[in-house]
Amino acid sequence: MFRPRVIPVLLLKNQGLVKSIKFRNHRYIGDPINAVKLFNDMGADELVFLDILATRKKRSISLDFVKRVGDEANMPFSVGGGIRSISLIKEILAAGAEKVILNTIASEKPVFVKEASDEFGSSTVTVSIDVKKNLFGKELTYICSGSKATKYDPVGFSNLMEEMGAGEIIVNSIEHDGMMKGYDISLIRRISEAVRIPVVALGGAGSMDDLRMAVSAGFASATAAGSMFVYYGPRRGILINYPDVKEMSSIF
Amino acid sequence: MRVIIVDYGMGNLRSVEKKVNKTGNNVIITNDIAKIKTADKLILPGVGHFRIAVENLHKQHLTDALNETVLIKKRHILGICLGMQLMASQSEEGDCNGLDWFDADVVRFSISNQLKFKVPQMGWNTLKLEKDSPLFRDIPNEAMYYFVHSYYMKCNSKKDILTTTEYEETFTSSIQKGNIFGTQFHPEKSHEWGEKLLGNFINL
Repeated sequence: MFRPRVIPVLLLKNQGLVKSIKFRNHRYIGDPINAVKLFNDMGADELVFLDILATRKKRSISLDFVKRVGDEANMPFSVGGGIRSISLIKEILAAGAEKVILNTIASEKPVFVKEASDEFGSSTVTVSIDVKKNLFGKELTYICSGSKATKYDPVGFSNLMEEMGAGEIIVNSIEHDGMMKGYDISLIRRISEAVRIPVVALGGAGSMDDLRMAVSAGFASATAAGSMFVYYGPRRGILINYPDVKEMSSIF
Repeated sequence: MRVIIVDYGMGNLRSVEKKVNKTGNNVIITNDIAKIKTADKLILPGVGHFRIAVENLHKQHLTDALNETVLIKKRHILGICLGMQLMASQSEEGDCNGLDWFDADVVRFSISNQLKFKVPQMGWNTLKLEKDSPLFRDIPNEAMYYFVHSYYMKCNSKKDILTTTEYEETFTSSIQKGNIFGTQFHPEKSHEWGEKLLGNFINL
């Protein structure tokens, strides 16, 4: 039977892993390759690595880093961060990544998503959408690590990305990020209802029950989380963790 | 023993190579026809578009080499994902012919509950063994494997079906006919049981 994926999302700042709250206050978590080894041992479904400084610094996620992850990871993994060229995508996939994650470029040049999808297959192209309400309460998608608003509303943009051939959409709520109080279920559901491609929920997960809700009430095909898999306890001690088989089967 | 991963320009070759190495076996990645013709075992990976894959095989003169090694010399071959689909007669994707090693058509998922079952199927799923096979030796029934695909192979001959899987409908998740094997899922991405399956294939 199909089981929705549960995906740790790991943010990279220079050489280390960090975790944010509402896309701010990045706290150092640890070494990324060490995290991969731990997630291997714990049988994680899939991993996502996002280089959150890349676009702002006008560079892209390090190919050398992707190779090191590729050498270590026993499960599929995707990477994102300043990816803007077909040739780089080719190198990233050759280095062992299953998929590339496009964010800023997808808004600036939607047809690039189509180019990538045509070249490598839609299942290798994931678009991630960061969502926040602006000062007037309007829900918009943001780029450049959540610093710049676009003109797109998340549902309209998701439809456009599906049209352009994206294989999957990661929906991230900036306001829920790092709060561990649950996903923005309404946002996830509206996007899951709008597109026929898989939607991955991200932003706000704090418990196994949140993961279950994203699927049962949000119709997400997969659930992703950052804080939940790097923190433990009310004082947020750093501990890489992942649900075991028993916990998984209790919710799915 | 010479194990070769066929490089026709598509597919996550490095991941397959690494996983095969983890089983304790050496493997080379190549599109060299002479090497392919003298291989003991072949792995045919694949990610991407069916028609482009077929064109690449033809352009690099690999189709004949594969036919000779697999159909005449009867060497074991494992097709993975698109690599398995290429073994069919034809595919809806790109509307063209495959290697025609199996009497089968590659068709797109036709889902009625589109809210619950998105396409591509991306994630972990189980298999139901339809016939015995050394490929699954010492692997438990509840083992899960990673799938990522929008198309699947519809076998016209039931005895070619090795395992089936449920994704709203029941579809063929792996095939076997004599020395020819194929998995729709990615054993190189499927943790320990994927590694075991690859090891089983090499030890056939």
